[in-house]
Amino acid sequence: MTEAFFDKKDYKPLDRVDGRLKVTGTARYSAEYALPNMAYAVLVGSSIAKGTIKSIDSKAAERAPGVLAVISHLNAIKVPGYQPKGEHPSEPSTQGQPLRVFFDNKIVSNDQPIVAVVATSFEKARHAATLVKIQYHKEEHQTNLEANSEKAVLPASGKKNPKSPTADYDRGQKDAFESAAVKFEAEYVLPTEVHNPMELQAITAHWEADDKLTVYDKVQGTKMTQKNFAKEWNIPEANVKCIATFVGGAFGNGLHNWPHETAAIIAAKQVKRPVKLVLTREQMFTMVGYRPRTWQKIQIGASKDGKLVAINHQSIGQTSSYEEFTESTLQQTRMMYASPNVSTRYRILPLNVATPIWMRGPGEATGAFALESAMDEVAHAIGMDPVDFRLLNYTESDPDKNMPWSTKYLRECYEEGKKRIGWENRKLKPGLVRDGEWLVGYGMGTGTFGANRNSATVHAALDREGNLVMHCAITDIGPGTGTAMVQIASNTTGISTGNITFHLGSSEFPNAGLQGGSSTVNSVGPAVLAACNALKEQLITMAAAKGNTAFSSAKPDDLMIDNNELQLGGKSSKTTLGDLFKQNNMEKIETTNESKPDENRNKYSMNAFSMHFAKVHVHPFTGQVQVKKIVCCADAGTIVSPKTAASQMIGGATGGIGMALTEDAVMDHRFGRYVTKDFADYHVPVNADVPEIDVYFVNKPDLLADPVGSKGLGEIAIIGVAPAIGNAVFNATGKRIRELPITPDKLI
Amino acid sequence: MDKHKSTEKPEKELSSESRRDFLKTTSILTAIAVAPATVAKAAEFNLGEKMSTAFETTPVNLTVNGVKKQLNLEPRATLLDTLREQLDLTGTKKGCDYGQCGACTVHVNGQRVLSCLSLAIMHEGQEVTTIEGLAKGQELHPMQQAFIKHDGFQCGYCTPGQIMSAVACIQEGHANNEADIKEFMSGNICRCGAYPNIVKAIQEVKNGGRKS
Repeated sequence: MTEAFFDKKDYKPLDRVDGRLKVTGTARYSAEYALPNMAYAVLVGSSIAKGTIKSIDSKAAERAPGVLAVISHLNAIKVPGYQPKGEHPSEPSTQGQPLRVFFDNKIVSNDQPIVAVVATSFEKARHAATLVKIQYHKEEHQTNLEANSEKAVLPASGKKNPKSPTADYDRGQKDAFESAAVKFEAEYVLPTEVHNPMELQAITAHWEADDKLTVYDKVQGTKMTQKNFAKEWNIPEANVKCIATFVGGAFGNGLHNWPHETAAIIAAKQVKRPVKLVLTREQMFTMVGYRPRTWQKIQIGASKDGKLVAINHQSIGQTSSYEEFTESTLQQTRMMYASPNVSTRYRILPLNVATPIWMRGPGEATGAFALESAMDEVAHAIGMDPVDFRLLNYTESDPDKNMPWSTKYLRECYEEGKKRIGWENRKLKPGLVRDGEWLVGYGMGTGTFGANRNSATVHAALDREGNLVMHCAITDIGPGTGTAMVQIASNTTGISTGNITFHLGSSEFPNAGLQGGSSTVNSVGPAVLAACNALKEQLITMAAAKGNTAFSSAKPDDLMIDNNELQLGGKSSKTTLGDLFKQNNMEKIETTNESKPDENRNKYSMNAFSMHFAKVHVHPFTGQVQVKKIVCCADAGTIVSPKTAASQMIGGATGGIGMALTEDAVMDHRFGRYVTKDFADYHVPVNADVPEIDVYFVNKPDLLADPVGSKGLGEIAIIGVAPAIGNAVFNATGKRIRELPITPDKLI
Repeated sequence: MDKHKSTEKPEKELSSESRRDFLKTTSILTAIAVAPATVAKAAEFNLGEKMSTAFETTPVNLTVNGVKKQLNLEPRATLLDTLREQLDLTGTKKGCDYGQCGACTVHVNGQRVLSCLSLAIMHEGQEVTTIEGLAKGQELHPMQQAFIKHDGFQCGYCTPGQIMSAVACIQEGHANNEADIKEFMSGNICRCGAYPNIVKAIQEVKNGGRKS
């Protein structure tokens, strides 16, 4: 292992590099590119959940002023990549086959997009869309998870491969729970939750030539999108350009290419104009995924002194009838605690609903609600402090993979969090602490997520004035990717952050995976590091070639650029960038570097960990819950951008407050349609719901995970928050709410 | 119809049909009204777009960020869509179209207004300020600076609305304490969850005594 680059200089808080663009309204999102001759598309969704389309009467819509086309399966141009046997050509991030929009008359979920009305203005398209009349052959639908749980199945991935994360899992003895001294069993339900980023899903599709497509698209992967649409339209990847410079939040719903995107592309082809399509807020509930409603049952067996004996954990999550959506709901149960016996059973239930998609802390956040609530319940049953209970069952290696952790600093999180929340004020017995008329409770929950890393490539160019410009196809859905990369580059080269630019969000740039699974800094960061080191090597070679002997044995780590001057080992070399470039007759130097996961991944288990503590007030008569404080402690490796990282933790805690207390997509099963379909019915936390959120980072590098030492942050920011709040509500009231959200009606 | 008889003809900001064009297309419309459906349909394909634009629009005068705009708008066009689609002022965001999220907040005659719940023609002669009009040239408004300093955003999509609301919140006298700020900023949703930082930004501007 080489000397860690971060030792050279601490990472300091830095204002977001794109902050000015965002506060002045000049940052352009997917629906904000003004193309000449723009047309507007509005989607009409089905009003039944299952059946076929009998007829579409589009006459009135077609005659409405400004209407250019009314597109449905009846008249849509053929998408060359659509396969006759029900297959969609894209490589979905889920298993199964994504819906082929406008392909046939089948209805597979309510509000499935079935007609696109394209007009010369948004107002005209929206009006004409109301004139389309559709008749159906209705079939009986099933949308109720609990009523159909008998029909849940093992996902295909689990059937095919017994080592798949979705396969049945047994460690130790299957029946160990039965003979445990303390036996606890409970069921937990997490309702459907919807990502609901503030930016509505939007695409502007533009056929620049018959076989050349540009999309300005709200996605989390520009390369994924390029690849999928190239396949769908049977054109070379080089002919598809995906621009996603700014993404107004996504939280996972941009990890999949959705039917509305193809609808806009079809429309653009059909009317021969660029087409802008922006979903409505209602359509955000039905067309771009959600966190699936999930039922869980957990059994925990322990000795009387609090040693875990067995954990059995099963879950059923809903999916669509056409795609098998899976997530890692049960993974942390296998590795979080030192239980000799663990069994997990993961099932999915296909229903007549649209396909879910990973939502922040996917699976783990769902599973943690059950596991961390149950741990709290067992601690209470045996009269132990819940932190002590967890520390007693702390595991120093991964009991699932049977490998050492690359790093794990969860103990530091427990200790620091206890101090910051004022854990000493907590009483073991619920309902004893009051503040005026309010009941006061304290709770905690642990979270973990894999320190994922993908390959990524960065192009970097340095000019004689010392400006460093980098390019990478990665997107930024909000965490501050550009800011983090600029900080890594600055720390590696010494160049001040003001002279560094990181361009992202275009498929034209060098390859990167999705912005998802907390993998961006762990993946793109090392590529930035590699590119910066390659530039430094070039500078060293240039200097050495010009007879500067001090450089002949120098390594990239020895070189830093301070105010355009090259420094070796912290000392001036009396060489400036300008001189060196001039001597070599060069304007700039450039490099393209790829960085990939290495073999350490086969030797170590790599996870980020988090610990959330919550203090709540509960009103004994109204059941109102006020979160008074949340402490977030994260073992996420190196924190390269302390300011934006803290904001990410605060944001995750805010999402967790929503999970715990307000968010619930309620479906009317008579129609298979959501009754909560906007922000008046589906409550996300508002400013008044969110208290002081105190963030603590262990900030110790994990150099086995990646050369930046980062383990990822986005997911652990939310995993464990909802159970921490639920456990605090129990501590305040003695009432255990096992179906989220914890609304007042459940407490009084 | 009276509005079309106006003889004043200020400088136009956008392409729009004149009264003469209107009369011309009206007569075509009359012709179409008595023609068989197929003819009407053919006519629509050739001319429908231009005709309907002339037929359905109303002149509207707005002052946007200090610039007088004479627009011809469909009466059903919201102020939000007018800003975004007609004037290319995309800093004002569409987050719900129901007045539930605050992303579209602008100032009309100095007061915060949800531009998605407001038709453009309702603001005849009024002064609209959007996020693009808040800075003085290159010099950011103190609230914009404070949002950057306190990292009062992540994805940036709700940010223009938050900032417009925040400026108004202080002007309204609703920023005297943390609880008030949180209450009077609760019409602006931030899904990334930057609320505590937004509150800090507002407190700093309030305490700095800068109210506009």
